[in-house]
Amino acid sequence: MAQPLTVDDALPAPAPSSGEVAEARGPSSTRRWWRRFARNRGAVFGLAVFLAVVVMAIFANVLAPYDPLAQGVGPANQGPTWSHWAGTDSFGRDMLSRIIYGARIALIVGIVSVLLAMAIGVTLGLVAGYYGGWMDVLIMRVMDGLFAFPIIILAIAMMAVMGFGVKNVIIAVAVGFIAPFARVTRADVLAVKEEPYIEAARLAGVTRPAIIARHVLPNVLAPIIVQAALRVSGAIITESGLSFLGLGPPPPTPVWGSMIAEGRNFIVMAPHISTIPGIALMVTIVGLNLLGDGLRDTLDPRLRR
Amino acid sequence: MLRCFLSRFGQTLAVLFTVSVIIFALMRLIPGDPIMMILGDDFTQDAYQKLRAKLGFDRSIVIQYLIWLEAILRGDFGDSYLNHEQVNRLVWEAFQPTLTLVVASMIVGVLIAVPSGIVAAMRKDSAWDWGSMGFAIFVYSMPGFWKGIVLIWIFSVYLGWFPAVGYVAPWQDFWNSMWRLALPAVTLGTFFSGLVARIIRSSLLEVLDLDYIKAARARGVRRAALVYRHALANALIPVVTVIGLQFGTLLGGAVLTETVFGIPGMGRLTVAAILNRDYAVVQGAILVGVFAIVVVNLAVDLTYAFLNPRIRVT
Repeated sequence: MAQPLTVDDALPAPAPSSGEVAEARGPSSTRRWWRRFARNRGAVFGLAVFLAVVVMAIFANVLAPYDPLAQGVGPANQGPTWSHWAGTDSFGRDMLSRIIYGARIALIVGIVSVLLAMAIGVTLGLVAGYYGGWMDVLIMRVMDGLFAFPIIILAIAMMAVMGFGVKNVIIAVAVGFIAPFARVTRADVLAVKEEPYIEAARLAGVTRPAIIARHVLPNVLAPIIVQAALRVSGAIITESGLSFLGLGPPPPTPVWGSMIAEGRNFIVMAPHISTIPGIALMVTIVGLNLLGDGLRDTLDPRLRR
Repeated sequence: MLRCFLSRFGQTLAVLFTVSVIIFALMRLIPGDPIMMILGDDFTQDAYQKLRAKLGFDRSIVIQYLIWLEAILRGDFGDSYLNHEQVNRLVWEAFQPTLTLVVASMIVGVLIAVPSGIVAAMRKDSAWDWGSMGFAIFVYSMPGFWKGIVLIWIFSVYLGWFPAVGYVAPWQDFWNSMWRLALPAVTLGTFFSGLVARIIRSSLLEVLDLDYIKAARARGVRRAALVYRHALANALIPVVTVIGLQFGTLLGGAVLTETVFGIPGMGRLTVAAILNRDYAVVQGAILVGVFAIVVVNLAVDLTYAFLNPRIRVT
């Protein structure tokens, strides 16, 4: 690293510590982490983009100049003007309002599907890693199988089984992300399991589920959070892909992927219909990727130098 | 080496088995009666019972799976519900354009990623580094289907240099094929280059930090020679693996890229079959696609073991 050496850098990577110790150093280690994070310009930019999208999603009803579903609020297929900053689509709907509302679906699907995948994947990874034996073999072989599917193909197949709708999109996207969470968790559990404090808890008569919940999980959390941050962008891309193929939330729901798909038919006369929602999608993804990279570089103790 | 090969081969068989169970389960979870779907609207009760017995739907679920697996192993994927063509033939015909697209994208991606990754690592923290890594994260984050539409807008609609849709096999008319493949391959290939460039950079930086490089530098080896003669070969070994393992990602990306550019490949076949509820085709296409990915991954792992003697002992 070209950056000047600090006391932080001279210290070895902190070993996983038990709950009490982490609590005692809590505030200062958070502040130190924030200082590392704030030095990473890309990560700060990513965080700003993410917060902007969150604000857009929460206050969509205040920010959107028009009703996203109202047709004929302007002439159809009109490029950007002062009254319609992002132009209008083929139904004369205001594109900017639809893009702002589109942030809701993107964020909800992106975050909820990753949380769902995390809940299932981490549980499976904890069980497989801690209990071992045939449970480990069974769970991890199923995960290997799921891992072999490209995420978009698994999501497409799930949509075929479940039918359309936002809830089903969330489930379809989540299924593809279970295996990575299970793998990351299991790998770290295998390492943590051998730590003396786990053995101490075991000898003290703490039950296995309690050891997993209270001592193993907190110590494998950092890489899981990193993994979650990195996957949200993938989840949003997968949702947009499904919507683009016509397998997402049904029309007239404002969804970025379907808006891009609708614009394809007007690419010659009104290219803004496809291109502008894509810019919103791309900026969101770039921001999330930079944020995820930043969290990985600053949070994952294995990468910390 | 033989033991490594056998154990990897066994793992691959286990994955293929799990994949087949997952696909079988998914297809059985689909709402609706598959027998009625095969027979269409017009059938007799007798024909219904006969087909039900023939397909084994009156037996237990395990037997049903075994019957299904046996047919698959014989290479019989059944007939399309829609036009009664053999699924084998449909999938095989769709596989060639997809494979062509994936290979072309890999070539485009490597051609961009190798130079930009090396430059970024050699001039770490310079404008070159920032520029090429910024470009990498930019093209990597662009959703492929949107990038395709933007490329069509610029290069087909506005400039008129390339056709917007269509596919010609390279062995029929090579130059025409390349001309039609250019935009789709750039769409998918730039995504791939973003991924690979970042890995080349970090892998090269890691190798440049090793003792043998420091020793060479101390002996007075020039910087360019250091990178090209000493570091690059070692740095590229993990990259070869990554390139191979991304075959699945590229196949997934091809689904959307094909839809945008009207390429009659696996992605279009699968999506159209899902929209038409033609599940025999869905099942065949997904099965063949995922099997291809698993087999490529096995080949990559074995190549890696061959290239890098250090990991053979497992």
